Amino acid sequence: MFVLVVGGGKVGYYLAKELIESSHEVVLMEKDRARADQIADEIGSIVVAHDGCEGKYLGEAGCARADIVAAVTGDDEDNLVICQMAKHHFDVPRTIARVNNPKNEELFRHLGVDEIISPTRMILGSIEQDIPVHELLHLAALGEGELEIIEAHLQDGSPAIGRTAGELTMPEGCSLFAVVRDGIAKPLLPDMALRVGDKVIAIGPNECSSRLHEQLIGAVDLEATPTG
Amino acid sequence: MKIVIVGAGRVGSVLAEAYDAAGHEVLVLDLSTRAFDRLPSEFRGSAVRGDGTDEDTLRRAGASGADIFLALTEGDNRNVMAAQVATEKLGIGRVIAKINDPVRAAAYADLGIAALCRTTMQADAISGYLGLGSLGLPSIIAPTGTHHGGATHAPLAAVVTGDAPRQEA
Repeated sequence: MFVLVVGGGKVGYYLAKELIESSHEVVLMEKDRARADQIADEIGSIVVAHDGCEGKYLGEAGCARADIVAAVTGDDEDNLVICQMAKHHFDVPRTIARVNNPKNEELFRHLGVDEIISPTRMILGSIEQDIPVHELLHLAALGEGELEIIEAHLQDGSPAIGRTAGELTMPEGCSLFAVVRDGIAKPLLPDMALRVGDKVIAIGPNECSSRLHEQLIGAVDLEATPTG
Repeated sequence: MKIVIVGAGRVGSVLAEAYDAAGHEVLVLDLSTRAFDRLPSEFRGSAVRGDGTDEDTLRRAGASGADIFLALTEGDNRNVMAAQVATEKLGIGRVIAKINDPVRAAAYADLGIAALCRTTMQADAISGYLGLGSLGLPSIIAPTGTHHGGATHAPLAAVVTGDAPRQEA
């Protein structure tokens, strides 16, 4: 297959290298001449030292006969334009864009980019899997640090679900004062029944957090694996 | 009319000043607040520091419901992206993007984005002034197709100068 790679940063460089090793035909476009020369020295004369966003140079690099165009520069807007030009102006069957800002993923898909790779999203996903979602979130410390504002995100299995705030036994000196439900913050009244998805905000001395955890999240189980 | 201008460079700020003075509701966005130094002290519109290619930023700045959206930053691709967000996400009907690469300008006109191309504009103006004949290059290439997301544009024929939009490849 003929793959046109645009952007000679780390991603583009290793991508081109791997593709060549798997016997694909590759052209790499890199607008910075020094960088382009450096890559050409190492992997051969497959490098075009021009801006891959510029229509004229895309054409000269053989975009019209590319099977795949991979836009992997560090700038999202450049990657969008490269893919759109390839797809609509040069009729390339398959376009792949690197997206740095995860917010742009949906937009790029909507605007016709075939495949979107988001390193930020992948790393984020990986980190989120490692953070137990059943934990308490420590929002802020008050005074000299002896008091804390803590948020508990109520999930299925929490002993607090279906009970009212008044029915919960709070540790000494600790009080629940607000609930965020459907994005709206409300004062937590004693007769208010708690539901899955509620974020309960508590204030109390920091040594009460394990009791708070028991009441709002469930018994601490170190072996439990996060489900979310 | 409500007019959004992304990029307070020379062109952006001249237009912002003129439209504001003419009584339109003008919103200017730029990544740098220093760019707003170009606006006159009597400017009554809004000047917001922010990324005009970001839908949330545009909405927060109050760009929704605008009649006209002008993407006039220094970067062709930023303008292309901002214009498509304006068209597709905010549903703004009259959108112009500054795209100085003539090939890209023609390609995006085909995709339904009105493209202002300084390259063809200046080449044509120089040639015309020298009496060497018009090159027949339009300064604003009117959209020749509809945007692939399905949004339709209000006609922009009134601002098109030069000959009919040139069809590339």
